[in-house]
Amino acid sequence: MSILVFAELADGVVKKTSLEAVYYGAKVAEMLGGTNTVIAIGNASETELAKLGNYGATKVLHAGDSKLESANIMAYSEVLTAAAKSTGATVIITAKSSLADAVTARTAGALKAGVVGNVTELPKLDNGFSVTRSIFTGKAFAETTINTDIKVLALKKNAITPVTSDSAAPVEAFQADVNDTAFGAKITETLKATGTVPLPEADLVVSGGRGMKGPENWQPLLDLAEALGATTACSKPVSDLDWRPHHEHVGQTGVKVSPNLYIACGISGAIQHLAGVNSSKVIVVINTDPEAPFFKAADYGIVGDVFDVLPKLTAAVKAG
Amino acid sequence: MKILVCISSVPDTTAKIGFTDNDTAFDSNGVTYIIGPYDDYALARAVELKEQSGGTVTVLNVGTASSDPQIRKALAIGADDAIRVNAEPTDSYFVAEQIAHIAKDAGYDLIMMGRETTDYNSGVVHGIVGELLGIPSLSPVMELTIDGDKANISREIEGGKEKIEATLPLVLGCQEPIAEWKIASMRGIMSARKKPLNVVEPVGETLTSISSYSLPPAKGACKMIPAEEAEKLIELLRTEAKVI
Ligand SMILES: Cc1cc2nc3c(=O)[nH]c(=O)nc-3n(C[C@H](O)[C@H](O)[C@H](O)COP(=O)(O)OP(=O)(O)OC[C@H]3O[C@@H](n4cnc5c(N)ncnc54)[C@H](O)[C@@H]3O)c2cc1C
Repeated sequence: MSILVFAELADGVVKKTSLEAVYYGAKVAEMLGGTNTVIAIGNASETELAKLGNYGATKVLHAGDSKLESANIMAYSEVLTAAAKSTGATVIITAKSSLADAVTARTAGALKAGVVGNVTELPKLDNGFSVTRSIFTGKAFAETTINTDIKVLALKKNAITPVTSDSAAPVEAFQADVNDTAFGAKITETLKATGTVPLPEADLVVSGGRGMKGPENWQPLLDLAEALGATTACSKPVSDLDWRPHHEHVGQTGVKVSPNLYIACGISGAIQHLAGVNSSKVIVVINTDPEAPFFKAADYGIVGDVFDVLPKLTAAVKAG
Repeated sequence: MKILVCISSVPDTTAKIGFTDNDTAFDSNGVTYIIGPYDDYALARAVELKEQSGGTVTVLNVGTASSDPQIRKALAIGADDAIRVNAEPTDSYFVAEQIAHIAKDAGYDLIMMGRETTDYNSGVVHGIVGELLGIPSLSPVMELTIDGDKANISREIEGGKEKIEATLPLVLGCQEPIAEWKIASMRGIMSARKKPLNVVEPVGETLTSISSYSLPPAKGACKMIPAEEAEKLIELLRTEAKVI
């Protein structure tokens, strides 16, 4: 059996969610008895890629052609498909992301492979090949059997916690003929916030709602986030009002997060907001209204004014 | 411009999720169905493009007769006609295959849909359709303007967005803020009744199957910390929850 994992690169570094996918691939390879090949597309050093051995890669294929420097959905899916064919992969694993979701979809289409997204556990093999996936935006799970020879799985963040070793993986160059038409859709500009972990990958998130009362009041929230090393987020009205950038909006129609810690400041906890955050491991809610629905979904709650509570929390983090 | 908008019919976002038949089927008892929230954005932008520069908007749903109210709503919002592929939308590949089959020789300039459905959240139908038709697919698209046969798109990426130039035809998985949601007017609702809704039979096959459903374990009670002792929270997060 041959497993193939798509490792996504960001500025030459393998993304954390992809490291989880590589480790997940190693576990599946163990279950099925096979190899765990990783394909990395774009710019990265051989040292960075060899480190994927720590996460259980048996071999890393590197498609480093300069044409592949920018993350083009069509070109990347052609490379992933070519790698799947050349390695004879029967299980292809990706980690959910804005790029990987689109690439996964086209690859599954090209290979006519059954595809399952938001996978939360290792597969079960007792009756064919089935996986548990999160559905209804985290409100339920479905045990799904994939009936094709090639199976494509997109993992949800935090589905597995990697245990690393110190083995390195051999890195081989991978050449795929990418059709010129794939480059027809051209990326002309990338606008990206720098400095913090992107929201979908963040382990710690501090989020603000309309209770923060205005964009000029965000400093106490930013201070707590900085002290914790957390990424900031917001509710939909906050981004609709342009208090915060759109990419911070979490919820059903925004980014879905599954961090270890989600701190909600002045957010009521409407069902559409919860839909994006309910897979967080621990939820903290700070709200003046003891009846705010968010307290029902929370692990820890403080009934209080965010402007009194946040500085106290920041001071406690710094003191610790 | 000829636009195909694919819509899903999904439980209302506030619906209570439960299962029946020994957890093998979704319990639709008392559940209201709506057009998928992301699909609604795609539809709204398609109608705006038609209003700006002419053309037609056809709405497509893979579903049973129970989706007809959502299809009529899409017609009321501004689509010109509709196609329903008469089948339970059981699997992403299956749905994509129906869309690709209908679009194959029909000459659509744009095939628009939501980035994902809010029931199964797979977010892969757009890409499979693009691959099956051999044309580019882009998602999640948050801005779209058309100039002749050129599309200017901005796509959400982690922590930002990227701008893309592409040539039609394209498949797009859409999300906000691509357009403002549209509400059907009384005139729209009246005229929707007379617009054609063609029902066709499915092709192709399902590649995956669901054997059972489950709900997450019930949440324990929330531990309340008095605001005056807020700093205790940090200690609990360190020692009890062990998340910082
Ligand atoms: C189809 C659909 C999709 C949607 N998708 C999303 C989505 O993806 N994400 C999302 O967030 N919403 C979404 N919404 C909107 C959602 O229903 C809520 O309107 C929204 O989440 C409310 O945001 P909020 O909690 O910031 O604001 P509010 O509901 O106004 O709540 C503000 C809260 O702050 C508290 N507060 C006020 N002052 C203070 C203070 N000084 N200190 C502490 N607390 C204070 C208040 O008690 C209140 O609970 C969607 C809605 C629909 C219909």
